[in-house]
Amino acid sequence: MIANLAFDLFSAILLGSAVMVVSSHNPVHSVLFLILCFINAAILFLMAGAEFLALVLVIVYVGAVAVLFMFVVMMLDVDFSELREGVQRYAPIGAAVGLVLFVEMAFVMVNWVIAPGAAGLRLLPAPGNMTNTAALGAVLYTNYIFLFQLAGAILLVAMIGAIVLTLRDRKRAKTQDIERQHSRMPADTLSMVKVSLGESAQLPTQKEEAL
Amino acid sequence: MQVALSHFLVVAGLLLVVGIFGIFMNRKNIIIIMMSIELILLAANINFVAFSGALHDMVGQVFTMFVLTVAAAEAAIGLAILVIYFRNRGSIEVEDVTLMKG
Repeated sequence: MIANLAFDLFSAILLGSAVMVVSSHNPVHSVLFLILCFINAAILFLMAGAEFLALVLVIVYVGAVAVLFMFVVMMLDVDFSELREGVQRYAPIGAAVGLVLFVEMAFVMVNWVIAPGAAGLRLLPAPGNMTNTAALGAVLYTNYIFLFQLAGAILLVAMIGAIVLTLRDRKRAKTQDIERQHSRMPADTLSMVKVSLGESAQLPTQKEEAL
Repeated sequence: MQVALSHFLVVAGLLLVVGIFGIFMNRKNIIIIMMSIELILLAANINFVAFSGALHDMVGQVFTMFVLTVAAAEAAIGLAILVIYFRNRGSIEVEDVTLMKG
């Protein structure tokens, strides 16, 4: 009973903040509502018995992805009021498509059963004597080790891709040019000057600026 | 799981509808479109986790982890593309992106 009430409360906050994400005038508010969405979804994950994923959702999504969105929204100097011009035009189409989709899903939702043999088809039944985190780790590092490595590779590729895309060569940046350093000869840059007593050194005119 | 599975499915379905509505509504603002995509993926994840909890099967939660991974990678790459697009064009209006003549 109390679980159902809590579920209704958190899912209402989830859906309300989702609506605010897509309809807010200020994108910064959208990102903040997205964070609220993720936190409530994490609570729903907890109620479904997935503690580890709930905390991953909070740490990874609220801590990294939403903050990334926040950085981009605040870093780009965009006139957001200009971007909202077509909203009145597109809202009816979006509402119609959403309504059709919802009605279709409602038809499915009205009358469905879990197949009687479904319990026998489970690949990895949840062990009853472990915590959720231990059970997830027990299957993730054994049965799914290759997919786990592949997920790491995807993240690596995404990281390198994002860096390569956004890295730009600023003219003022003092970067190291290794080829130029290696091709440098002592004869080009060093010269011995004999300085007689009481005089200052007369440097020969330099052919090349020192690196 | 104390809450019935159908409640989770209704919430996930509504979240999916809100996400798709958001894509249609904010045709010009790609940041909101990407947030809507995140909402849609979150709805899928809620379904996976709800079924995993109801059927006592770990595969749903494992798959949710991979969906989270791919969603994070997608957000990072998408935002990087958005930043360089803004740097080149000075706006993020995606309605008339015709640079690639697609």
